[in-house]
Amino acid sequence: MTYKLIGKDFTPPDLEAKVTGAAKYAEDFRADGMAHVKVFGSPMPHARVRSIDLDDAMKIPGVLAALIPDEVKQPDITGLAILSNEPGYFGQPVVAIAAETEQAAADAVAALKVDMELLPFVVDPLESLKPDGPNALTGGNVSGRRIDFQELKWSGKDFALAEEGELPRGSSVVEWSFGDLDAAFADSKVIVEESFVHATNAHHAMEPRSAAAFWENGKCHVWGSTQSTSFAHPGLARMIGIEPTDLVFVAEYCGGGFGGKATSYPLMALPALMSKKLGGRPCLLRVSRNEEYYNGMARAGFQGWAKLGFAEDGKIIGADIFVVQDLGPTSGFPDFNNVGNAFSIVFQPTNMRFRAVPVLTNTAPKGAQRGPGENQAANMLEPLIDKAAAELGMDRMQIRHVNAPGNGGAGFKIGANQGPLTSAFLKEALDKGRDMFQWAERSSQSGMMTGSKARGYGVASAYHSAGSNGFDGLLRIAPDGTLHVHTGVGNLGTFSYASTSRVAAEVLGYDWDHVVIERGGSARHLPWNLGQFGSNTNFTMSRTNFVAAEDAKMKLLEIAAAKLGGDPSGYELSDERVVSKSDMSVGITFAEAAQLAIEMGGKYSGQVLPEDLNPMTQGSAAALAGTGLIGVAKDNLPKDGTVPALSASFIEVDVDLETGQVEILDYIGVADCGTVVHPTGLAAQVRGGAVMGFGLGTTERHVYDPAYGLPNAKSFYHAKPKSYLDVPAELGWAAVDQPDMQNPMGIKGIGEPLEGSASAALICAISDALGGHMFNRTPIVTDMIVNAAAGNPQSHKPLATNTV
Amino acid sequence: MTDVMHNFELFQPDSVQGVEELLDEFDDAWIIAGGKDSLDWFKDRVIQPTVVVDLARVPDLGGIEALDDGGLYIGSMTTLTEVNESDLVKERFPILSVAAGNVASPQIRNAGTIGGNISQDTRCGYYRDGFPCYRAGGNTCYANTPTAMNRDHALFEVSRCVAVTPSDTAPAMVALGATMVIRRGGEDMEVPAAEFFIGPEIDITRMTVLEPGDILLGIRIPGAWANARHYFEKVADRSTWDFALVSVTMVAQMAGNSIGDAAIVCGGVQCTPRRLTEVEDVIRGEVPGSELETLVRRVASRGASPLNFNHFKIPLMENLAARAVRSLG
Repeated sequence: MTYKLIGKDFTPPDLEAKVTGAAKYAEDFRADGMAHVKVFGSPMPHARVRSIDLDDAMKIPGVLAALIPDEVKQPDITGLAILSNEPGYFGQPVVAIAAETEQAAADAVAALKVDMELLPFVVDPLESLKPDGPNALTGGNVSGRRIDFQELKWSGKDFALAEEGELPRGSSVVEWSFGDLDAAFADSKVIVEESFVHATNAHHAMEPRSAAAFWENGKCHVWGSTQSTSFAHPGLARMIGIEPTDLVFVAEYCGGGFGGKATSYPLMALPALMSKKLGGRPCLLRVSRNEEYYNGMARAGFQGWAKLGFAEDGKIIGADIFVVQDLGPTSGFPDFNNVGNAFSIVFQPTNMRFRAVPVLTNTAPKGAQRGPGENQAANMLEPLIDKAAAELGMDRMQIRHVNAPGNGGAGFKIGANQGPLTSAFLKEALDKGRDMFQWAERSSQSGMMTGSKARGYGVASAYHSAGSNGFDGLLRIAPDGTLHVHTGVGNLGTFSYASTSRVAAEVLGYDWDHVVIERGGSARHLPWNLGQFGSNTNFTMSRTNFVAAEDAKMKLLEIAAAKLGGDPSGYELSDERVVSKSDMSVGITFAEAAQLAIEMGGKYSGQVLPEDLNPMTQGSAAALAGTGLIGVAKDNLPKDGTVPALSASFIEVDVDLETGQVEILDYIGVADCGTVVHPTGLAAQVRGGAVMGFGLGTTERHVYDPAYGLPNAKSFYHAKPKSYLDVPAELGWAAVDQPDMQNPMGIKGIGEPLEGSASAALICAISDALGGHMFNRTPIVTDMIVNAAAGNPQSHKPLATNTV
Repeated sequence: MTDVMHNFELFQPDSVQGVEELLDEFDDAWIIAGGKDSLDWFKDRVIQPTVVVDLARVPDLGGIEALDDGGLYIGSMTTLTEVNESDLVKERFPILSVAAGNVASPQIRNAGTIGGNISQDTRCGYYRDGFPCYRAGGNTCYANTPTAMNRDHALFEVSRCVAVTPSDTAPAMVALGATMVIRRGGEDMEVPAAEFFIGPEIDITRMTVLEPGDILLGIRIPGAWANARHYFEKVADRSTWDFALVSVTMVAQMAGNSIGDAAIVCGGVQCTPRRLTEVEDVIRGEVPGSELETLVRRVASRGASPLNFNHFKIPLMENLAARAVRSLG
């Protein structure tokens, strides 16, 4: 289908401010009389605060106030407190100080006397599961979403083979299965079985989670850094202890989130609480790079095991997977669930068992990070597919193709319940990448030596759920004829707040120059939208903007009929006018229709609203009532099944066997993202995901000294995400560009798997260059390659984590 | 952690004499050049001098001059970008240009100086975190325990402390036989690079001979190795903004097909740049080739004593030494 706007490039309206530095982030907030807030972070990985002596701190000139844990709302033991009396990780905020200057606040933090008692701590989940292993929190070591906080210890027998590198597999707290696994393995031509480790890694948001706040006339105004403007609002209000209607929230720009700022978080509430204590005085909390690494979330690491059974044609007929997740000190994010789901959709096993144990550790808090669980699954399990291909004598691309969902997705399934998919074109993505990359010709050079460099090739796939429903759309046609699309999508950097807004313009036939995007804060009267959880935005909020635009369209037709006579079905939209189908010279402009809507009132101008709208949307629409033609609706469009974002990646590398250096020579990422909405934005996602994935796969470090619970990677140069100087200037991309039929314009998301397929392809390529060597550890860092090439053992103790 | 420096008094003198007077007046005065090392210490509040003397406005400390012997004099405040881009340096001592271009990131090289780069403190995470280790005046090395994270640490010359030199340009200074021109007590003195960098056995609290009150004025590189064969290679996890896991720097004179004299220095393997004298002895007078490379590998890491996580540095430095020799073929 040909669209006027969808599938066309455009300049997002915030772009110029971002590249010129004019964009104002939370940390740029300034106000007369503004106080500065700094926090005292725990110097221990797990401790009980015995007493806090504020005397010396309060004597520092300029100090205004202190907040201690007893003054803030405390979550249950597995929650993340704003200030904690029992910090569960190094750097967790314990006390906050406000002062006239940041210098004075920091001096006061340095002068604090906090008497703390060290409690048992652990940085490796398997250590905690040992019979006498320490618990990360008092009273337990296992938690998770919909999993009770509990203590779980495995037996010595369970650990019998751990020193040999085989994952202990005691009782799990999550288990699901389908089919007959024993029979599947009995029928398998080839079985591969490996244990593996996937490291944790930080989110590395360029903008730390600074925040600012003040109170005025009973309202709390907060500037925060979040991916999700509307979705963050209620949670932030809860943390501050007010009704959402009493919160004025500004989140216009977000300097990187990657899941770590998916919604609101405790530090965002801290300036508001301090401001309240200071009678509403503006407060700014500037979060340092160190503090961002302590408090800024991290992707969950895994220790795992898998046994995969393959038929002669490469089809996976049996999959038994067990993972232990490093939760960090809170109930974290259920990455573990996504590991099983991801494998089940990408490889469509006919028989499968999945088991998981999420274990608490005294490491940085874990949150969703781009493809949470799914991307780790790709890195952990794709090398096993290569191993099986070698044993079967199959091409590595072909074995993936055999197992991949495709042909639109009918008949392909996901997860424990083997639910349906709304669409799937992974086979087609693999086909496209194969042809573009010239896989057959090039991969035949696998292992070719040029001096000390060995050539390697990798191919891999990844998945993330990419769409939800049930949220609201809201727009307004102003009396000057301009279309104002109100969007609660955050400004994560994907520009999908803008590209999804274009759906409304497309439905109404607007010229893009006549469209204003209202975004970035609750004062803009935003609808209830799903969080900007990367891959979910395009599917979900293209639907909300579609239904709002359809509502506006219907109202335009009705207004024209009321004004000009006849039935609404006798009119249509053309060039921002409502015209008679029989005589296009008869009609009214959208501007005239908007003015008529105001005069007609009722539903046309927002005085009467659909009852099924979320209260946030109700409030926003009510605020706009009487100012134009209001299009507003809840997304009640049908949706049956999981919306899958799928991607395939192809890579060529040279691995220097003498130095361990990996040079990426060529890369192509192919997206199954439904209808392409914004080609340049998609290209940026493919390339950005690849760069992020290359770091995930080879360089990023998240290291703890187990004796002290001390994080060793707390700056960019310690944690080592890839920079643009580490990757080729050109990274290839393509899209299958086949519509998802459960979105009115065929749109679905894509951002997240593009990282996982890239990192997994890179990992597979390194192994390929080394003759199929199985590292079974992500990332594969320089020393591991040097050791492998030299035939030396690796430094890591078997299955140890937080050592890379 | 809070990323807010302590209060200090900042002086920005405009002459070396002015710097000397300030250093005389204030016992704990701290000199900063580009500030890339110092400011991190201050922001972490691990080092909190009451007086900071900024050399940025001292005009005599910058610039690169050709010397009559074919060598160069490089002012200590010359930025790493200037060293990297200098035609004089590229022409006479290309390894120094390449080494300077391998430091950190373009932004850091624009501000960081050659004097600061060779004088910077070790990057041992425990020490930089303010742990009371030997180097910080305590009585334990936290990086050398049964569970310590010491992938970046030393293979050689360990004496209580296992930290390594982080400088990419320091090995080049040793290989080139540079001398450091230091103002001490009103007098200028010159210290060979091989003696400028000191290990924990000499003084565990310092990486160089520089003492409080000293000013590093510049670096004199003799012409002996100008236009010789050069080789520099740095192995790090990333191509930019990363410290060397191991680096190798070599200068060599060829006599026909044979290697005449050579100096080979490794970075990242001990507290100071490590001169591979045994390798130099093995290759002197020999024709490069696979047989020689094999021998080089056998002797390059002799005496290495790896820690928990750094035994990979042994094959890595062996390979780098062999690659340097291979480049002469």
